[in-house]
Amino acid sequence: MNTQTLEQRPTAWERFKASHFLHSFRTDKVAIISFSVFLFFALAALFAPLIAPYDPYDPAMIDIMDSEIAPAWSEEGDERFALGTDAQGRDMLSTILYGTRVSLMIGICAVLMQAFLGVVIGLAAGYFGGRVDSILMRIADVQLSFSTMMVAIVVLALFQAAFGAELYAKLAIFMLIMVIGIAEWPQYARTVRASVLAEKHKEYVDAARVMGFKSRRIMWRHILPNTLSPILVISTVQVANAIISEASLSFLGLGMPVSEPSLGSLISSGFAYIFSGSWWITVIPGVVLVLLVLVMNLLGDWLRDVLNPKLYKG
Amino acid sequence: MSTQESLLQVRDLRKRFNISGDFLDQLQFKGGKIVRHQEHVHAINGVNFDVSKGEALCVVGESGCGKSTVARTVMGLLKPSAGSISYKGERIDHLSDTALLPYRKKMQMIFQNPYASLNPRMTITQTLEEPVRFHNPSMSGAEVRERVKEVMYSVGIDPGWGVRYPHEFSGGQRQRISIARALTVEPEFIVADEPISALDVSIQAQVLNLMMQTQEERDLTYLFITHDLSVVEHFGTRVAVMYLGTVCELAATKTLFAEPKHPYTQALLSAIPRLEDNRPNHIKLQGEVPTPVNLPTGCVFHGRCPYANDRCRQEIPALIAQSDGSQVACHGIEEGRL
Repeated sequence: MNTQTLEQRPTAWERFKASHFLHSFRTDKVAIISFSVFLFFALAALFAPLIAPYDPYDPAMIDIMDSEIAPAWSEEGDERFALGTDAQGRDMLSTILYGTRVSLMIGICAVLMQAFLGVVIGLAAGYFGGRVDSILMRIADVQLSFSTMMVAIVVLALFQAAFGAELYAKLAIFMLIMVIGIAEWPQYARTVRASVLAEKHKEYVDAARVMGFKSRRIMWRHILPNTLSPILVISTVQVANAIISEASLSFLGLGMPVSEPSLGSLISSGFAYIFSGSWWITVIPGVVLVLLVLVMNLLGDWLRDVLNPKLYKG
Repeated sequence: MSTQESLLQVRDLRKRFNISGDFLDQLQFKGGKIVRHQEHVHAINGVNFDVSKGEALCVVGESGCGKSTVARTVMGLLKPSAGSISYKGERIDHLSDTALLPYRKKMQMIFQNPYASLNPRMTITQTLEEPVRFHNPSMSGAEVRERVKEVMYSVGIDPGWGVRYPHEFSGGQRQRISIARALTVEPEFIVADEPISALDVSIQAQVLNLMMQTQEERDLTYLFITHDLSVVEHFGTRVAVMYLGTVCELAATKTLFAEPKHPYTQALLSAIPRLEDNRPNHIKLQGEVPTPVNLPTGCVFHGRCPYANDRCRQEIPALIAQSDGSQVACHGIEEGRL
């Protein structure tokens, strides 16, 4: 009889198919379009080495004579380069694909870092309360009072000045992830702390304490899973924010080097040529960046509405 | 005093909560000086009782009289401000979490709200297996599952339901699962904090019977917190009546219902509605329960007691054993004027 009841239980996939989550996704056109656009960019970025007609990181494939060729659809276009070439003669399509890959990777890794720091600190502050809470939250306030960009500019500029541009170029991805990750953790810490404060007075936490479980087990195994939906929501928005931060830093010359461009450094490198008529070097990666960030924000909004209909619909 | 072996001893237990906020909130300007002013809620004020092995000690009293605080302090969820709690002769109130671990297996708790006491993100099997694995690290997976299955059967939950989440169950079923969770570690003493007050009346009886049945099968001892006197009559071996953080009468259930001694107990029992209600008028108490922030001097009940005299207003009465085995905290009884 037991095995029968077990067999009757829907699998995780079946439960997902019947869930409110999927239903609200299906009935929301904005969500479907945003998700397909995001999926398109994500897959294109993931499989960039397979899709891209050229390897923009390989100097042997770049010919300076090909520089500043307009997109293929315009009169001066060359059909070898669908979206034209940049000032160094790199194929724009390939460079954008690789650039999206770099931008997305920095965005996601920076958010993972923010989430890790923020969750650990937020859980500790919310669960232990009292003095621990006061100290951690004051640190978060201090961190929040410096804008991300300012911290990033100071740190990256100092690093570049101290260790030279060459070493910086090698470590750029790592440094950007670290700086953006560390600068934005209070967002997570505050959200997690607020949810923990609401959860920790519920009786299931008391029940876990009566069982003798250690604080760490209660925090991670019992409370954290109940705070996941707000974390999920801010994550989507934070990835978009991190991508923008990275693009702004690259635009200011403190981000990815020209040899391994992200979307931001592409926009920046094309900016010098925009008045000489080569608009595509800046505009096309700009459009990609705007689209990417827009769909992620739209997805984040939708997720927030679905996961917390009471709080936000109003 | 009961002649049986005493399992839990509570001596002069006190718990107060600071309600004056943080340091800056406590500063007050009084008569040209800045004074630090602190206020406390005196939730428990010197509670004494023993729980004997195998009995069900019911604690009754109106809302806010400190019943739940007693339960939570006994279980170590709150640290007492003063007094001692001993389990089988060993003091447990000041132990660290690690030192308390062996007692967690012996003492368990059932909570009031079955809708909040189960983790919504864990399946029933996860909820029930975690404590077993935690307290018996040497058990194999099959043994753990066997233990959980046995407990689920014994509380009337089909083990096949284990893959479900708490929100898929009704209140009564959830309370059965909560009971099952407490039973998984094979405790000998269970504190039940109003376990049936959040349930439908029709379900209350089922859960109550389940608790009595498990008491028999597993030789359990209960500390049962409730405000429902009919439950006490049905369930309790002995009863402790609480008023404003103190125990005013402690007696065997039959003795208490047949012959209540403390004026508060008398008033409380006269308030039970009966079908054959031809008794003289209910005892009507004047006024309201005083605030636990500023406790009255002397007996906490003196403001509403028709028999109070000067001694009652000044001196706090102690629980004094009577000839029929009950204990009453009342100067009037002690002096023989009631």
